[in-house]
Amino acid sequence: MSISGTTTENVVGARKHRTVMAARLRQGTVFLVLLGLGLFFSVTSDKFLQGGNLVNILDQNAPVIIMAVGMTLTMIVGGIDLSVGSVAALAGAISAGLIVRSGFPVGVGMLAGLLVGLIAGLVNGSLVVYGKLPPFVATLAMLGVARGLTLVYTEGRPISGMGEAYTFWGTGKVGSIPVPVIVWIIVVLIAWLVQTRTRYGLHVYGVGGGAETARLAGVAVNRVKLATYGLSGLMAGLAGLLLTARLWSAQPQVAVGFELNAIAAAVLGGVSLFGGVGSVLGAVVGALIVGVLSNGLNLLRVPSYTQQVIQGIVLVLAVTVDIYSKRLERQ
Amino acid sequence: MSELQPLLHMMHISKTFPGVQALRDVELIVYPGEILALVGENGAGKSTLMRILNGVFLPDAGGVLPSDADAGQILWEGQPVAIHSPHDAQAVGISMIHQELALIPYLDVGKNIYLGREPGGALPGTIDWGQLYTRAQEQLDRLGLDIDPRIQVNLLPLAQQQMVEVAKALSLDARLLVMDEPTSSLTEREVETLFAQMRTLRDQGVSIIFISHRMDEIFTIADRVTVLRDGELVGSERVADLTEEQIIRMMVGREISTIYERSDHPRSAEPVLEVRGLSVRDTLDDISFRLHRGEILGVAGLVGAGRTELAETIFGVRPTSAGTIAINGQEVRIRRPAHAIGQGIGFVPEDRKAQGLFLRMGVNINVVMAVLRRLTRWGLIRHGQAEQISADLVERLDIRTPSLTQRVRNLSGGNQQKVVIAKWLTLQPRVLILDEPTRGIDVGAKAEIYRLMNDLAAQGVGILMISSELPEVLGVSDRVLVMHEGRLSGEFDPRTATQDDIMGAATGSTLNRKNGKAGAQ
Repeated sequence: MSISGTTTENVVGARKHRTVMAARLRQGTVFLVLLGLGLFFSVTSDKFLQGGNLVNILDQNAPVIIMAVGMTLTMIVGGIDLSVGSVAALAGAISAGLIVRSGFPVGVGMLAGLLVGLIAGLVNGSLVVYGKLPPFVATLAMLGVARGLTLVYTEGRPISGMGEAYTFWGTGKVGSIPVPVIVWIIVVLIAWLVQTRTRYGLHVYGVGGGAETARLAGVAVNRVKLATYGLSGLMAGLAGLLLTARLWSAQPQVAVGFELNAIAAAVLGGVSLFGGVGSVLGAVVGALIVGVLSNGLNLLRVPSYTQQVIQGIVLVLAVTVDIYSKRLERQ
Repeated sequence: MSELQPLLHMMHISKTFPGVQALRDVELIVYPGEILALVGENGAGKSTLMRILNGVFLPDAGGVLPSDADAGQILWEGQPVAIHSPHDAQAVGISMIHQELALIPYLDVGKNIYLGREPGGALPGTIDWGQLYTRAQEQLDRLGLDIDPRIQVNLLPLAQQQMVEVAKALSLDARLLVMDEPTSSLTEREVETLFAQMRTLRDQGVSIIFISHRMDEIFTIADRVTVLRDGELVGSERVADLTEEQIIRMMVGREISTIYERSDHPRSAEPVLEVRGLSVRDTLDDISFRLHRGEILGVAGLVGAGRTELAETIFGVRPTSAGTIAINGQEVRIRRPAHAIGQGIGFVPEDRKAQGLFLRMGVNINVVMAVLRRLTRWGLIRHGQAEQISADLVERLDIRTPSLTQRVRNLSGGNQQKVVIAKWLTLQPRVLILDEPTRGIDVGAKAEIYRLMNDLAAQGVGILMISSELPEVLGVSDRVLVMHEGRLSGEFDPRTATQDDIMGAATGSTLNRKNGKAGAQ
């Protein structure tokens, strides 16, 4: 005979209560931070709330939001993708080059750009899944390789003259809504549906929360990981096309450091660095926090050097709240 | 039963890993609708055999004898089947419940149950969530579990998580369930529920392989028992034809007259540890007791009664809200584990893998971890001395390891536990607190741990032993304290007390026991 028993009911009750509180706190945190920032800037700057400025925020942050979608999936599956900025530059350069230098139609060039992103992502995924490289190392290598290839291909000079069918994707408007905004809303909507409605979406959480368990449950773990890195590359490629279209040219040094913004957005949005937790909607809010902060600080004429300090502090504060609420949840 | 065709027949199974023969010519037969207990000491080959059954490992191609043409074959209802992956095993109708919880902590119950087998929705690749939760609810109802399928798994108590895993396995419509120590974290009532469910399944024709270290459970639930030792089959018998002693003898290959050992050495009257009015907010309430030199003081109680919390509080892990602790009559302030260690207190925690060991480091480093400061000169570790100390203790405690630098994770549970104890012995402790010292350890190694505890007590160390196994508490302790809801609810002399006495105090069911000192000196 052995003895054991459950904790007393009031303890369980108290625990449940605290858990619910913690969960609410966490879900609310990011939105509250975003609202708080918005409120702060609408009081301190009379330009912040103007329609044009708000649309501008949504427009300018399209590339980072799209990259953050891929980053979120990659981080939930238990990895990371440091190469998204470089891959975006490479995709933009190759699409522009094919059109301008080699005379391909715009549609073909843009599809090729997306394909470049997808391939880079699949290479990342293969290195992680089959080469057993840590994601950090594999994608760090890709960060260097993709940027290097961009510089080689462009010979370090911008490529321009793709025509309006291309630049429309970065500067055009449908009604009064900029095209990049429409693109990221569609991307986020699809990603959200994938996360909440599809097997793949659930399996991403499963693999990130416990790869061995998922494997034993019959989940094709390797394929899920590969697909996720592929998607992240594809998102980076799309972001690269939007950036190239916006700038009317493929700049070899475009999107340097964007991977850090995408990671910051994901983490602000509640994605765990250890995998298994997070959502694309959270990441979008996270990206908007970064965007609103930089927009507002610009309006307040805060020097860009100081802005970086403030952004770092905001990231630390937001994640601290998240960790604290998780601790509450665990008790 | 033997005239029946076996559901499963694993024939002449051998498995060699580099340098180790894990299994040698083992045969395993499971009949339809029976519960087979698979027993053996840790390292006997149970896990390897089950991994082969689950397709994680493939058996060696050749048999031990050249004539064994059917070596390594697995027959399912008389037909050979190829099981090369857990997926194959599932397809055949074999489902595993693993010892370590195989649930995704951040997913909800329903998603965990149907992960990998989600009911499809209207569009390809999508999931019909309504269907998924309805089915999950049905599985939970079938087990009589009051669990919301939409609650995140890591918010459930451990015992309920285990039941979710059982529900998950049942949902596979498996014809053969393998349960690897499914009861180790369940309460008595939950074990009964589980056993009732297992009997129902058996009556429906489902077969179960049940792995357990607890003899009472084997006799309660199993029809037959198959015993492995050192990678070989010792025998398969009907449980009704065997006694507990016989099974133990088959397992360890030698006579163990009494596993439990109480040396009844004279114990000193002077308390080495005295706890007065110790309280911790929401956990401990006014705990007072004395631990004498050379005494083994058992602490019994239900899971959640506050026993581990008591140990952790004495060791400085948790802040106290009231009360004092005295060592050798001197009141001491312990606010951190380092203070406790400085006072000569050692703590062998409940979860040795997470709390007691650096699994990826060698035996030698693990042993000297607590005395590194003493072994350091000018900031550098004196490896020669460290080596000497660990070599001595490995020999003294008979820790079976191929080398001193062997990573601890590769040792058996019993030897890992000895490494944790060795770590504290380097400090020559006055007080040693052991939390579930023999959990998950096989019979032979248990006996060695008890002998070690007795040796230490004979040398004057005061030992506080927390245990959920009543025979162990009664068999090893000089005195037994019982806790209930954060308070001491009884003190017993184990020579006269019964398991029922202790259960009574642990559940707080009888008032006079709760306040009394039934059976005490």
